[in-house]
Amino acid sequence: MIDTNLLQLICFYGFAAVTVAAALAVITVKNSVHAVLSLVLAFFSTACIWLLAEAEFLAIALIVVYVGAVMVLFLFVVMMLDIKMEQVREGFIRYLPVGIIVALVMLGEMLALIGVRAMHAHVLGADPAAAVGLSNTAWLGGALYTQYLLPFEIAAVILTVGVVVAVALTLRQRGDKRHESASEQVRVNPRDRIRVVKMAPSRPDEPTASQEPLQ
Amino acid sequence: MGEQLLNELVWPVVYILCIAVPLILAVAMFVYWERKVIGWMHVRMGPNKIGPFGILQAFADVVKLLLKEVILPSSANRVLYYLAPLLALVPAFAAWAVVPFDDRMVLANVNAGLLYLLAMTSLGVYGIILAGWASNSRYALLGAMRSAAQVISYELAMGLSLVCVLVLAGSLNLTDIVHAQGGGKGFLDWFWLPLLPVFIVYFISGVAETNRAPFDVAEGESEIVAGFHVEYSGSAFAIFFLAEYANMILVSFLASIFFLGGWLSPLQGWITADVSPWVNWIWTGSIIWLLIKAFLMSFLFLWFRATFPRYRYDQIMRLGWKVFIPITIVWVLVAGCMKYFGWVIAGTGA
Repeated sequence: MIDTNLLQLICFYGFAAVTVAAALAVITVKNSVHAVLSLVLAFFSTACIWLLAEAEFLAIALIVVYVGAVMVLFLFVVMMLDIKMEQVREGFIRYLPVGIIVALVMLGEMLALIGVRAMHAHVLGADPAAAVGLSNTAWLGGALYTQYLLPFEIAAVILTVGVVVAVALTLRQRGDKRHESASEQVRVNPRDRIRVVKMAPSRPDEPTASQEPLQ
Repeated sequence: MGEQLLNELVWPVVYILCIAVPLILAVAMFVYWERKVIGWMHVRMGPNKIGPFGILQAFADVVKLLLKEVILPSSANRVLYYLAPLLALVPAFAAWAVVPFDDRMVLANVNAGLLYLLAMTSLGVYGIILAGWASNSRYALLGAMRSAAQVISYELAMGLSLVCVLVLAGSLNLTDIVHAQGGGKGFLDWFWLPLLPVFIVYFISGVAETNRAPFDVAEGESEIVAGFHVEYSGSAFAIFFLAEYANMILVSFLASIFFLGGWLSPLQGWITADVSPWVNWIWTGSIIWLLIKAFLMSFLFLWFRATFPRYRYDQIMRLGWKVFIPITIVWVLVAGCMKYFGWVIAGTGA
């Protein structure tokens, strides 16, 4: 018999290995487009890990938001860039000590955080969604829109403000901009633009002998 | 061991083939049907040489494409160039996993089916962008940029219109969404009626999302030759073609499922007679109704193509951002009111 737990564990380590490898590739590969694609792969395999943990909503939201939208725009920008790798390489040795110090400080902080959390560790309760008998997604929706409505709405407002600010900061109105109004175009009446003239058919008079210039 | 292996490995593959093989055949026949319909609309004959009424034309084209050489442009990015067609094809086929063809006739009856569909349709754009970038061609890159901007814009309108469906149905499961459209008032119980503007927005966004005429600036022949797949030949081109048509058929199926009651009969609730299993499907609903609806919706794609001139790029962006997204945002509120005040009750009498 195939042990499902063992199978899940194998899957977890598989996805985790892919995630770590992809994350390493993001900072090591030479081609910046390849780096962005590695980041996409890292997001994707992270979503797979979350799916294993039965957090289907978060996993699919990660794919929709990050892989489907954010990374596409990222790729869009990186494709346009013409990065000279030599210049980036030059700074590598110079900034290496600073980088190592920052990395060590971050590592220490994370270890301290995990250590502190481990001291206060308590066993997680049973899955609340399963306890109510709802699907993960339905339970999350219920919780977000009832119990946590205010923080949720505040987050939404902050994001909206962010969008508005981004547009306001980058919008430059040129003075000579020619504007086109679709509603005006639709409302236009053909009779204002062209005039159809009805006239009787006519032909130029036949030249007669008397009208011919005399030699 | 053997039996478990059979249940967990062999049967799913068989089911997947039961969807994928008819889908590929449907794409072939759809291409033939498109050329025939557009021919009639142009007062031409359309393909009529190979097979009776030219019906084997699509297969002849497939054979021709498969026998051609796949050319790699000079200093193209080899890996991504070959990967891009697959990245376009995989989401187009993977999305079919959650499509319910009939009651209990679905490959994966997942609770977050609608979200999964959104995820899969948003992945398709990678194939297009990478094809454009990896080809090392100006035309291909321009086509890819146009396509990416367009797909991202219309994805929002599409997602918001699905939010309306979700609000009325109260579920992300596609089978439940179809059941929510059941009732005793025939086709008036389906969501197209309370969500009429959203239905139209959804379908037009679907046309834009699949880069079809009149939204086909991504491959505007007169401007950028063929857009993102200009450098692709032979079977690599055929894969892009397959993905595009599979996506068109998918959008037709999804519009039928979300707004036209899926496999439900338009006569549901009006006739309750029990004549014979061969006739009962006409009012109890079956996969045949879904196929009819999807066929009619996919016909619209062809009708649009033969009727409308291509949009200009700024017109596409204006339509997506300034018309469709406001309409869907307003209708999300309207749908919320419909649900809250009980004007539309999902699945009455079903």
